[in-house]
Amino acid sequence: MATTSNMFMYSLSLLPPSAITQACLGTFSGKRQQEIVIAQGSRLTLLRPDATAAKVHTVLSHDVFGIIRCLSSFRLAGSLKDYIIVGSDSGRITILEYIPAQNRFNRVHLETFGKSGVRRVIPGQYLACDPKGRACFIASVEKNKLVYVLNRNAQAELTISSPLEAHRPHTLVYALAALDVGYENPIFACLEVDYGESDQDPTGKAFEEIEKQLVYYELDLGLNHVVRKWSEPVARSSNLLFSVAGGTDGPSGVLVCSEDSVSYKHMNRSTHRVPIPRRKGVCEDPNRRRMIISGVMHKMRGAFFFLLQSEDGDLFKVTLEYENGEVNKLKIKYFDTVAISTSLCILKSGFLFVAAEGGDHQFYQFEKLGDDDEEAEFTSDNYTNDMLEEVKPEYFKPRPLENLVLVESLPSLNPMLDAKVENLSDDDAPQIYALCGQGARSSFRVMRHGLETTEIVASELPGIPNAVWTTKIRADDEYDAYIILSFTNGTLVLSIGETVEEVTDTGFLSSAATIAVQQLGEDSLIQVHPKGIRHIHADKRVDEWPVPQHRTIVAASTNARQVAVALSSGEIVYFELGFDGQLAEYEEKKEMSGNVTALSLGEIPEGRLRSSFLAVGCDDSTVRVLSLDPDSTLESKSVQALTSPPSSLCIMYMPDTSTGSTTKDTLYLHIGLFSGVYLRTVLDTVTGELTDTRTRFLGLKQVRLFKVMCEGKPAILALSLKPWLGYTQAGAASTGGQGFMLTPLIYEGLEWGWTFSSEQCPEGMVGIQGQNLRIFTIENLAQSVQQESVPLSYTPRKMLKHPDYPVFYTIEADANTLAPITRQKLISEAANGETEELPPDVFGYPRAEGHWASCIRVIDPISKETLQKIELEENEAAFSIAAVNFESQDNETFLVVGTAKDLQLTPRKASCGYIHIYRFDNNGRELEFIHKTQTPDPPMALLAFQGRLLAGIGKNLRIYELGMKQLLRKAQGVVASTFITGLQTQGSRIIVSDAQESVTYVVYKYQDNAFVPFCDDMVPRYTTCTTMVDYETTAGGDKFGNLWIVRCPQKASDEADDVSGNYLIQEKQYLQGAPNRLNLMAHFYPQDIPTSIQKTQLVGGGRDLLVWTGLMGTIGILVPFVGREEVDFFQTLEGHLRQEDPPLAGRDHLIYRSYYVPVKGVIDGDLCERYTLLSYDKRQKIAAELDRSVREMDRKIADMRSRVAF
Amino acid sequence: MADKLRATQQLEQLQARFVGTGHADTTKFEWTSNIQRDSLASYIGHPPLLGYMAVGMGESRERLRVRFIEKMIQPVGKPPEKEE
Repeated sequence: MATTSNMFMYSLSLLPPSAITQACLGTFSGKRQQEIVIAQGSRLTLLRPDATAAKVHTVLSHDVFGIIRCLSSFRLAGSLKDYIIVGSDSGRITILEYIPAQNRFNRVHLETFGKSGVRRVIPGQYLACDPKGRACFIASVEKNKLVYVLNRNAQAELTISSPLEAHRPHTLVYALAALDVGYENPIFACLEVDYGESDQDPTGKAFEEIEKQLVYYELDLGLNHVVRKWSEPVARSSNLLFSVAGGTDGPSGVLVCSEDSVSYKHMNRSTHRVPIPRRKGVCEDPNRRRMIISGVMHKMRGAFFFLLQSEDGDLFKVTLEYENGEVNKLKIKYFDTVAISTSLCILKSGFLFVAAEGGDHQFYQFEKLGDDDEEAEFTSDNYTNDMLEEVKPEYFKPRPLENLVLVESLPSLNPMLDAKVENLSDDDAPQIYALCGQGARSSFRVMRHGLETTEIVASELPGIPNAVWTTKIRADDEYDAYIILSFTNGTLVLSIGETVEEVTDTGFLSSAATIAVQQLGEDSLIQVHPKGIRHIHADKRVDEWPVPQHRTIVAASTNARQVAVALSSGEIVYFELGFDGQLAEYEEKKEMSGNVTALSLGEIPEGRLRSSFLAVGCDDSTVRVLSLDPDSTLESKSVQALTSPPSSLCIMYMPDTSTGSTTKDTLYLHIGLFSGVYLRTVLDTVTGELTDTRTRFLGLKQVRLFKVMCEGKPAILALSLKPWLGYTQAGAASTGGQGFMLTPLIYEGLEWGWTFSSEQCPEGMVGIQGQNLRIFTIENLAQSVQQESVPLSYTPRKMLKHPDYPVFYTIEADANTLAPITRQKLISEAANGETEELPPDVFGYPRAEGHWASCIRVIDPISKETLQKIELEENEAAFSIAAVNFESQDNETFLVVGTAKDLQLTPRKASCGYIHIYRFDNNGRELEFIHKTQTPDPPMALLAFQGRLLAGIGKNLRIYELGMKQLLRKAQGVVASTFITGLQTQGSRIIVSDAQESVTYVVYKYQDNAFVPFCDDMVPRYTTCTTMVDYETTAGGDKFGNLWIVRCPQKASDEADDVSGNYLIQEKQYLQGAPNRLNLMAHFYPQDIPTSIQKTQLVGGGRDLLVWTGLMGTIGILVPFVGREEVDFFQTLEGHLRQEDPPLAGRDHLIYRSYYVPVKGVIDGDLCERYTLLSYDKRQKIAAELDRSVREMDRKIADMRSRVAF
Repeated sequence: MADKLRATQQLEQLQARFVGTGHADTTKFEWTSNIQRDSLASYIGHPPLLGYMAVGMGESRERLRVRFIEKMIQPVGKPPEKEE
């Protein structure tokens, strides 16, 4: 069977792709608020911009398991709610609506029109909806165009017609727009080229004469068919269409954007045309023509305008002057410069959302509309309206933002070009270091898993406290009044007010350490200290309960009506608050089997008098649950054996998704052990049974647990080496899953923690770290990965970590960009004093055909700064990097960088390549240039190999030795068929990845000084990244978005390393390749293009797994399964989920994951995690099929993630 | 004979519906043009692939998209002279 493999991996994405393919505006919830739907790879995400807080919230993210290619929103006349149409690779058109009550997308219609997959003639590339919501037009790049009529039936439900065809063979479509024609028949405009004739004409004359046409397709609603109504030739370079407001709002028609000009066109109307202004500046090429890459029309109170963006990122405001439907003038002026976008959305509340092509997405607020500034405006009166002629160029000077203000950035890793998982800051989990971004907006990012904290206070105390509490004075107080600090021999009370100061008249005993503090009943306080319990009444009257002789209190737990203390003799004394406001002792003491280490009472459930359970932890490694009901007080209910004595216990209610009801919380017992393990078990509220224990190792230090509040919900603060927070996340946007999450805080390790609530900080926490008192808050529970970045100059290509020190080296290169030296030269030549350069991170670099700008950079990832930057000169661009220790130089390590000179990408050509050698100085923090060596082709892969340098130069593999003046070639062999893009090694084995032909296993024979390819692949994989999983196995990714694992047959592997005889060299080729073939072990299509893959661990004490990063910003993992049983379980679950939760856009999940090659040996964890999002009935049904309970299922799925990653 | 006719009809139908369906006399020019056009349409249609090329070449996606469609007009050069 094709799907069985003896290797099984579980694929999970840790971070979803952050690139936005398209963004679309609408009011999807049906409330008057505008929302944005974005397509991110296979995910459909709903964003809700909050105008008052100037923030963008992610409301819902849904993985549709398909390639989303286009989005459009429409609204039926008279309705308040917008629907979403999705064009994907499913060969179907999908209409979705958002259901706010359930926070999910509902599929209204799914109509099949063609084969699945992204094909030339299957519609799905272009999509447009009639502005009145009466029809939609979906087209492919070539030939096929379909029109669907949208309507509503008697029940006011949306209906969709069968498709009307408007096919034209041999016709390519460049752009599509739906005209605004009011309530007349819907018209769609296309930019088309007919290549039929040029295909038949051998002279090439027809090709020369090809015209680009603007074509109107009219849907005749009466006759129910589509006609090609009008066509007119437009400029050959036209690329985009924007529809102009029509009906009562404007003159209707389209804007045709071409290279260098924007024109207004409409049937039976005159054409108006304006140039796209070019940038003025000494470094700018005055002859470079710009094109419009995206734009948006905005209507407001009878007026409308366009914002069009050129490929430099400059926004132009385009307005029309019209009278009685006849346009008189078209005007264009420079507006502002923002990031190059894939989509622009203007919100009615005055915001601009920019979905950036590379780097963070931006959310701007309009300050002005650029109406009365001094910017030059160009009107169509001065230019020829013949679109086939050239337009006179105009110029403007770019300037910093004037009309827009940046209010928020949405972090995006797209495009992510390389990444490494390393632990450089001595945390318990490693960080991910990544290269992101394009051009001058690039960055080096450090990502760590954890919740962001904001520190409010950090103050040093006179001694080292061992505990801290805050308390209110009365039960109905809103905020805390005291901070109580316990030291080894005393207690300090601070009052919280305008300032925090010591108070002495509180009634607290200050001469002893404190064990617990509690606000009791209505208005009294208690302090538990080793010698007794002090009950402080509102009138400062004090009742003291003394401990029996020769004993002390070792542990205590309190709530608003109950107190339980454990004595050093192992007895438990229980008190309850009587109706007279006095603490009443329960006459019997409960004797425990060992010394008590921890106690927990839990909160009193609403409407009850007492918490009915007391959890007792003893040093014989057990937890016992005792009943506190009046008729069975202190009777043992259940026992749980542990691996180590418990150090802390906490009973609390938390929201739970594993039960059917959404309103009822579940009672949990949280257990922290001295060994650093944290357990969470469900406590049955009736029987006191402990079930469903989940375990997590937090760090090599005893765990202390505290109940805190976060975002209005109860959460648990678990302190070990690091502080962790356990909380319930409903519909977590990042993972798609939901349920209980345990995430570290990015904060100092704490000894003790407690809640803190004051007027300035209603939901804070207070903690002790050494001698310091710290007060902090937790920012955003939805964002559990934090990013920090170092700006880079150009598109990063690769990076390297110093073999010994925490220093990174990046190589960056940008094509068609002026190098800084050339820019300086141009600036100094321009004698008119124009020297100012615009900040490139906003405005980009001046471009010039055939020029490369490139640099090598040294980065300190701890302090996040650039230590050194070496600009490359003479049109060289760096593409490969390695640290090589040369045996001949006493094993000194050098930095080796491979560059290409005058590289041209299509067709690929370079005048030569170079290998630069740099010496590491000052622990790798500085580089010193030594020499460079010319190579015939650019070296695209470098590697340290047996004390020498191994370089992949074109098809050749070479070994170099370091000489005084240059590198000395020692060995060479042709091993690849296109060019070598990557090298991996173990022993004498070299894994060579080729740009097109997958990987080849090569052995270097030292005696013969020869490279012998002995095993290669039978599938052409356009390899982007590889890593050796073991000596025989390689994991890699390719340019089409596949992940695969291949393995060399054992026999071939053994033979290759056979030292005796050189029969391998004589061995015959098999089918014009190496003598052996690799076996495919696993294959998976994640859609995103893998750019790096690494075998590593992600959590302390976790198993080895494969971490891969994708171009669009995905971070994913492949986890090997241990047992066959697990595999069977997840395979069955996957099967059920495909049935019960079919992908939203109509793509078959199995076929999607088998896009290029049938999926093999990989289980889709992202699909499995959707289990937790199903309705309870469906979950129960699937659980029953698998003979398990819903809770068990949830746990198994959650464990797969939490055991190895976050 | 009827079978043959039906087969021809079916083939013609396929050719009409699916651009690029070959026939007995497919020339090298038609065949290679087809492959190139299919590839180019696939580059445009897969957003990550278009992004990958745009990043590598330092161009905007839109310019690359237009360039690829432009290339689809005559992907492999002029058609060969017809032999009568």
